[in-house]
Amino acid sequence: MDFDGLIPQLLNLFASAMLILAFAMLSQRRILRLIHLFTLQGLSVVGATLVVAWVTGQHHLYFSAALTLLLKAILIPWLLHKLIDRLNVRWDIETLLNIPTMMLVGIVLVIIAFNLAGPISQLSGSIARGTLGIALACVLLSFMMMITRAKAIPQVIGFLAMENALFFAATAATYGMPMVVELGIALDVLVGILILGVFMFQIREQFDSLDIRHLEKLKED
Amino acid sequence: MSWTAWLSQILAIVLALALAPLLMGWINQCRAWLQGRRAPGIGQPYRLLHKLFHKESVIAEAASPFFRAAPYVVFGCMALACGIVPTLSTELPLSPAADAIALVGLFAVARVFISLAAMDSGTAFGSLGARREMFIGFLAEPALLAVFFTASLISQSTALTSIVENLAHKEFAIYPSLAFAGIAFCCVSFAENARVPVDNPATHLELTMIHEALILEYSGRHLALIEWAAALKLFAYSCLGIALFCPWGIAEAEDPLALLVALPALFGKMAAGGAVLALIETLSAKMRIFRVPEFLATAFLLAVIGMLVHFLLGV
Repeated sequence: MDFDGLIPQLLNLFASAMLILAFAMLSQRRILRLIHLFTLQGLSVVGATLVVAWVTGQHHLYFSAALTLLLKAILIPWLLHKLIDRLNVRWDIETLLNIPTMMLVGIVLVIIAFNLAGPISQLSGSIARGTLGIALACVLLSFMMMITRAKAIPQVIGFLAMENALFFAATAATYGMPMVVELGIALDVLVGILILGVFMFQIREQFDSLDIRHLEKLKED
Repeated sequence: MSWTAWLSQILAIVLALALAPLLMGWINQCRAWLQGRRAPGIGQPYRLLHKLFHKESVIAEAASPFFRAAPYVVFGCMALACGIVPTLSTELPLSPAADAIALVGLFAVARVFISLAAMDSGTAFGSLGARREMFIGFLAEPALLAVFFTASLISQSTALTSIVENLAHKEFAIYPSLAFAGIAFCCVSFAENARVPVDNPATHLELTMIHEALILEYSGRHLALIEWAAALKLFAYSCLGIALFCPWGIAEAEDPLALLVALPALFGKMAAGGAVLALIETLSAKMRIFRVPEFLATAFLLAVIGMLVHFLLGV
């Protein structure tokens, strides 16, 4: 069997898995499942990074894959689990649009992203340039997830998913960012999630709910 | 056209007519095993058909001739669909009659006839079932078409036989687009064949039933034909799934001996597919009818994404 031919195809598979997970997150009603999907998305980023590292022989990508695995597939999901246990919100999420509509808007976003990425990926010489469109689509989909959710935790997960997608875009287009930048972003995300966790407790203490629409009327009446 | 082609064509239709109830029986058997019940036996659908064909057919007074004609039309559509789908061989003399798009149309004709016949007798359940059937049908159809478009884009043809030949001959590669299309196809076939996440084939509860509500007024040989047609539809969908997503082992043109390989391969794949279907049906609960649009929107989305990914990645 043509083994060498299969490895770049594996990259396409991981990229498609990311896209499908982005859609699954968009349509997910339960917070617990959302966290599981986020973990899976982290794992497919790790897989894609490993494939790029293997094919191109860029050793620093192994480190960033390990960092991603540690942070986005283990540590942050664990923190999120802790958080929803403490806040006691495991189940339902309100969406501002109904789900079939979001799916259709999602398709439009994917078409836009693919068209946008077409000319850009012509310029890149990387083996993964075809997947840039998928990475861009994932960014847009995560962004839409942040917009269409009313509660704080799904918004945070949307933010993290967007970071995943951006990381994947960087890997796909330019074989990853310099190590210092990557470490910095990883720490930023970690600190961000800690601060947002504290924020969530504060929001709930203030309004007895995690619905961030309450934040719109901060003025005293 | 050689005699082997006609042989494989006739064999395909006879095999579908004979084996469709067996597939039904096998799925029920697997479901019973998984649910810890005693199964009624794998030949139960045959006994049911035998019983129904020997019973008198009672028809409502208000029913028009359309009501009598509908079972024959539905049965004819499904038998023709089984003749078009490449089950054993890709050399089918009937296949130029209809490509993948016409096949979707064929299923739609059957759906329209059964729905009109259900409304014809004027009962409340009939029109309720007909409305639900059309509701699900109009959502499932675009998804099914999109699945076929994905396969057609890869193989550059809408004729089912050339799609299957092309896919069977491609060297082994990972096709994310086909994976998406495969999942979408599974969702659509659950909806179209009234299986568990969408409809429970074993229930007669008026709040939930879809397929059973359509055929409440039928009895005797008409009911037998409709039940047989439902089994044929499931068989046709299984064959389509096998032909599109794991076509290995199917016989090619000008090779009568390959049929001998294709037959056990089909049996094996069919048995595995039926067991998986039973497993999914056991593990999942029937969803509320207003969740069905969401389910089918997901199927449509997956199929469209499959197409888009094919354009982007070229695989």
